[in-house]
Amino acid sequence: MGSIGSHEVLRLSVNGRSHELLVKPYATLLEILREDLRLTGTKHGCEAGECGACVVLIDGAPQLSCLVLPGQINGSEVTTIEGVTNGSELHPVQQAFMDHGALQCGYCTPGMVLSSVALLESNPAPSREEIKEALSGNLCRCTGYASIIEAVEDAGRSMA
Amino acid sequence: MTNVVTETSSDLRVIGKSLPRVDAVGKLIGLTAYADDMELPNTLYCKLLRSHHPHARVLSIDTSAAKALDGVAAVITGEDLPIKYGIMPTSQDEHALENEKVRFVGDPVAAVAAVDEETALAACRLIKVEYEPLEAIESIEHALLAPSDEPIHDYAGPGNIHRMGALEFGDVDQGFENASHIREDVFFYEGNTHLPMEQHSAIATFVGDQLTLWSSTQNPHYVHRALARVFDMPMGHIRVVAAPHGGGFGGKSDPFSHEMAVCKLAMVTGRPVKCTLTREEVFYVHRGRHPVLMWVRTGVSNDGKILAMHFRTALDGGAYGSYGPASMLYTGALQTTTYNIPAYRFEGVRVFTNKAPCGPKRGHGTPQPRFALELHLDKIAEEIGLDPVELRRRNYVKPYTRTINHLRITSCGIEEVTDQVIEASGFLNRKRRLGHGMGFAISSYMCGAGLPIYWNKLPHSECIIQVNRGGVSLYCGATDIGQGSDTVLATVAAEQLGLQPTDIRITSGDTGLTPVDLGSYSSRVTFMAGNAALQAAHEMRNILVEAVAEKMECSPQEVMVGDGKIGELTFEEAATLAQEKLGVLATRGSYAPPPNIGGKFKASGVGPSPAYSYSAAVVDLDADPYSGEIQLNKVWLAHDIGRSINALAVKGQVEGGVYMGLSEAMMEGQLYRHGLHKQPSMLDYKSFTFFEMPEVDTFLVETVDLEGPYGAKEVGQGPLLPVIPAVASAVHDALGVWIDEVPITPDKIMRALDAKAKGREGRYGPKNFPKISYPSIVKVPPFDASSSPF
Amino acid sequence: MLRLPRFSYLRPESVAEAVQILSEYGDRARVVAGGTDLVPKMKRGQIEPEVVVGLGHLDELRQIRPTEDGGFEIGACVTLTEVVSNPILRSAYPGYVKAAGLVSSPALRNSGTIGGNLCVDTRCNYYDESYEWRKALGFCMKKDGDICRVAPASATCRAIASSDTAPAAISMNATVVLAGTNGKREVPVASLYQDDGQFYITKAADEILVSLRMPEPGEWKSSYVKVRSRGSIDFPLVGAAAAVRMNGSLVEACRIVITAVGPQPLDVSQAAEPLLGKAIDPAILEEVATDAAKPARPLDNADLSYVWRKRMTRRAIEQAIREAAEVA
Ligand SMILES: Cc1cc2nc3c(=O)[nH]c(=O)nc-3n(C[C@H](O)[C@H](O)[C@H](O)COP(=O)(O)OP(=O)(O)OC[C@H]3O[C@@H](n4cnc5c(N)ncnc54)[C@H](O)[C@@H]3O)c2cc1C
Ligand code: SF4
Ligand code: FES
Ligand code: FES
Repeated sequence: MGSIGSHEVLRLSVNGRSHELLVKPYATLLEILREDLRLTGTKHGCEAGECGACVVLIDGAPQLSCLVLPGQINGSEVTTIEGVTNGSELHPVQQAFMDHGALQCGYCTPGMVLSSVALLESNPAPSREEIKEALSGNLCRCTGYASIIEAVEDAGRSMA
Repeated sequence: MTNVVTETSSDLRVIGKSLPRVDAVGKLIGLTAYADDMELPNTLYCKLLRSHHPHARVLSIDTSAAKALDGVAAVITGEDLPIKYGIMPTSQDEHALENEKVRFVGDPVAAVAAVDEETALAACRLIKVEYEPLEAIESIEHALLAPSDEPIHDYAGPGNIHRMGALEFGDVDQGFENASHIREDVFFYEGNTHLPMEQHSAIATFVGDQLTLWSSTQNPHYVHRALARVFDMPMGHIRVVAAPHGGGFGGKSDPFSHEMAVCKLAMVTGRPVKCTLTREEVFYVHRGRHPVLMWVRTGVSNDGKILAMHFRTALDGGAYGSYGPASMLYTGALQTTTYNIPAYRFEGVRVFTNKAPCGPKRGHGTPQPRFALELHLDKIAEEIGLDPVELRRRNYVKPYTRTINHLRITSCGIEEVTDQVIEASGFLNRKRRLGHGMGFAISSYMCGAGLPIYWNKLPHSECIIQVNRGGVSLYCGATDIGQGSDTVLATVAAEQLGLQPTDIRITSGDTGLTPVDLGSYSSRVTFMAGNAALQAAHEMRNILVEAVAEKMECSPQEVMVGDGKIGELTFEEAATLAQEKLGVLATRGSYAPPPNIGGKFKASGVGPSPAYSYSAAVVDLDADPYSGEIQLNKVWLAHDIGRSINALAVKGQVEGGVYMGLSEAMMEGQLYRHGLHKQPSMLDYKSFTFFEMPEVDTFLVETVDLEGPYGAKEVGQGPLLPVIPAVASAVHDALGVWIDEVPITPDKIMRALDAKAKGREGRYGPKNFPKISYPSIVKVPPFDASSSPF
Repeated sequence: MLRLPRFSYLRPESVAEAVQILSEYGDRARVVAGGTDLVPKMKRGQIEPEVVVGLGHLDELRQIRPTEDGGFEIGACVTLTEVVSNPILRSAYPGYVKAAGLVSSPALRNSGTIGGNLCVDTRCNYYDESYEWRKALGFCMKKDGDICRVAPASATCRAIASSDTAPAAISMNATVVLAGTNGKREVPVASLYQDDGQFYITKAADEILVSLRMPEPGEWKSSYVKVRSRGSIDFPLVGAAAAVRMNGSLVEACRIVITAVGPQPLDVSQAAEPLLGKAIDPAILEEVATDAAKPARPLDNADLSYVWRKRMTRRAIEQAIREAAEVA
């Protein structure tokens, strides 16, 4: 990772595309995604690790992008909500969220979907308790969570 | 989810089905651009400088260093925005930027537009403000005393009293005299906030003499009005667009400083200006649930009939008026829509304090008295040895009646919702053991306020439907804040036109493109905008049917509509046919509530609604007799929805309402310490995660309201209400202690258990209600029955 | 959006180079591992380094390996998730692994490291607030001010020890390896902390925590009980770690460490004395837990009332011992 002036060169693959970006070392991944790459599907509710709205997958694992520094992820693969869809076809998790009414305002949805995708990749048939645990850092103020649990269960079944 | 239908709905094609929301895909793929996601060329970023003092005079503001900072385009202060505004005609008490005095920590005093947020923040820190601190008022009790230096506002009063009300219906003294049993209780409901996941954001442009604002607002119409006032501009030159919305719950219903600031800065700089609040600022913007102290006295007969009730409330309004005059009256208005109270006296006061302003949160002004009323009835039932469900049933209102305070009750499923949850939960046969409890409560809520905020004769909701080359566009000022109003409008129109909801293109919440809808508050959208859409769609259907009938040479009654067809023709063919004949195909619908749904006395504007929804809840929990910790097991919630327009959306509203009710019942609190918000973060302001949320069994009762669109009523707010007292009641059932204060936290339960163990009253809550010099009671004459059939 | 103040980011090639950088910059530098503690604190202006030294990429800090004495050495930059999902660690050190799994939320544990967790800043709701908030209230001793806001008479900061894993590691008699300009040293985890919320950690500013060494578990069984308002996200309001060695149904040895009830984790094992040589009996357990909870000094600087937190300390201790000993 080199630097030019106060900026640094960050090599990053985002949704399968590699980027070489000139970033501020003190800009979090959240800011890089939203402001430099204009991938505004990644949301933010606190920017302090407290709400889960900013979850993206880094090398497949959900992480809070508001807490991640560019220096920590050089060479990583990042998946954002924009990278979950296969062409215009919804991912089974997205489809299940839609079918079960697991979104209302939709603001927590990108983080919820990504956390769910990661869960189902490693555990295709999670129990309700496992779903709750995996999504427990993602707050939602609209749904009351029940429909999200149902959607994840259903998506697991359809991915099996 | 179980549906209990009292009238068949077999011939409906899309109404009542479990269909996905029409805006789901954009949100699921991260494409939907919420206000903060919008980016216009050459945008400047705005930050507000906020007061560090709870109460202080502003002596001087020096912005020179900020203006000189590289990258700063403009700095404005109160001098640049001298006109006050506020959501209600009687509460025009806010400056976008205060330059005379600040009234709470977080009150904005200056705004900066700069090339980026970092620069704007640095500039804010360079602004020098000289303050002269004044005494800070932090509690209701304190606000009721004469101020030691000066009142928070120079209007209203005396002292820090904002509003008072005192009304009596029927003969309360006589009622108490006739009562064989009288009980008094005091309750406190702590304030809490909406905590939408999305932080408020607004972006403005000023091009030529046209001002455009995109904002995460629930009420573009009222923001429109406020902008016209503040900028002294014709409404026609202002366009307010409600951006896709990341959660409101009432918290984005007022016009806000940051909205005014970006508009002014756009005017000054000629560039787009955006402001997105931080989470901490969202706590300062607030407008959330009022802390309310309540005192209630009720007299009942031997057989448990309510004979008289006297209800007193004192609301901590925070620093500004906001919806306060209405909030105050709401704490007294809806007690009567569930129970038949033949004599009712209400006295309420709202005070100003030096805290973030309170306003409407889901249930606006009614969860607090509902909590008090339901627990109070539980206590009466216990005292007179009557089952709490039975006591309530003996007092339930009946459909198609008038309440003592002149409210018109129409469809009413209060009995049915009670039956549903009582039966499903096994409440009456519950096994009693220490540490396990069940609680029951009921509630009712409005389907839209019967009167607009600005009294006038205009419709409350307007809708236009255009059919063009086969495509259907629906334009309505209603704002989808996540509750699904776009989906409701699309479904209503689709049903009429024989299409699917996704066939209807919705344009909503845009004062430049859509006819007015007053906004997403008071659960008014399904009922009111739904009716407007129904009317417009029905008219469009008639046009198409007539064109087809003419072609098929049959009577319009013979033309069947459905499955994408109008008679023999496809929808598109039919539309083309009509368009050939008529040119532009556009129809309109509008809705205003019927007259006579409320009284005609002063303060009668709060409470009337074209219909009321009814909810009942049973909460099952385990409560630890050592620690006071609560484990919620299950909630049964039955809701009288009138008719469900979209079953999936209704279920979501019920579950979301139950969630919000439980979360605020058990942990949420907008607390202050030393004049500051105690925990302005999502970590320290507690709200439920997946783990706290129990299973919810939902039951829908369809009473098919005669005036609702397809019989529909509201569901956005009602289901929250009974949950909170039901939790308190279940805690009492489990541990034998009363927690007469919300939130019901384990430390409070432990205190009550301690008291009980020491032989004192097993209770946690306020000891007494302050002495308040309410105005003299206005005795309202009975409703003039000759003016209305009931 | 809450943003970070400016700093430059350095990526040393080795621990030695990192130590070198730290000694050069002194107070002006901070290491970052997962960043889940440091980043929010920097955003709120509580910690303002000029230079942030990344450690997470150093392979030497990312290993989990068995040690000669039958224990395990866990590299400082191993994530909490890696610990939680390691079956060997889970069976050897159930208390420690449980504690790691109870830190905040899953996404945070995917970034947060065990070293960062041991070094996590103390917390206080007068301090974990934005710069503007602290300025409005008046700064406190821990940052920018000179008095304690929660205990104005106190000569030291009383911010709360908040690491979940520290008490569990202490209860296993674990040690840490620190690397500094003078080379490496190994010290007990217990000695890493002191009774001062501001200067809570005893390692020198230019020392890097290299690894956590867990001794051979032998017959020790352990558990950790965390009290908090919500089942996720939240820091401990009380934490109690217990390790017991049983001889049949009799307690042979018992260690108890509590946290979040003062500025440092407290080893209160001496209170377990009455249990030794006895079966776990509710009355003795209650006596032990009551005694063990005595040094807890919660103050009004966290969620819920401190009276409640104090009482919950006893409860948490009791529960932790029961769980460790696997008795109902
Ligand atoms: C919302 C939220 C909730 C949280 N909840 C909990 C909780 O429940 N329990 C809990 O224990 N923690 C909690 N944390 C704190 C923190 O996330 C965890 O403790 C985490 O394990 C810290 O690890 P890290 O690698 O991210 O630390 P970093 O942020 O990278 O570092 C933390 C501190 O340790 C120093 N440091 C890190 N690594 C080393 C090293 N190898 N040598 C020397 N110094 C080092 C850093 O300089 C910094 O001062 C929470 C944080 C947030 C934001
Ligand atoms: S304990 Fe006192 S000195 Fe320490 S952070 Fe809190 S207020 Fe500041
Ligand atoms: S924005 Fe990252 S956790 Fe809230
Ligand atoms: S859908 Fe609105 S926050 Fe989850």
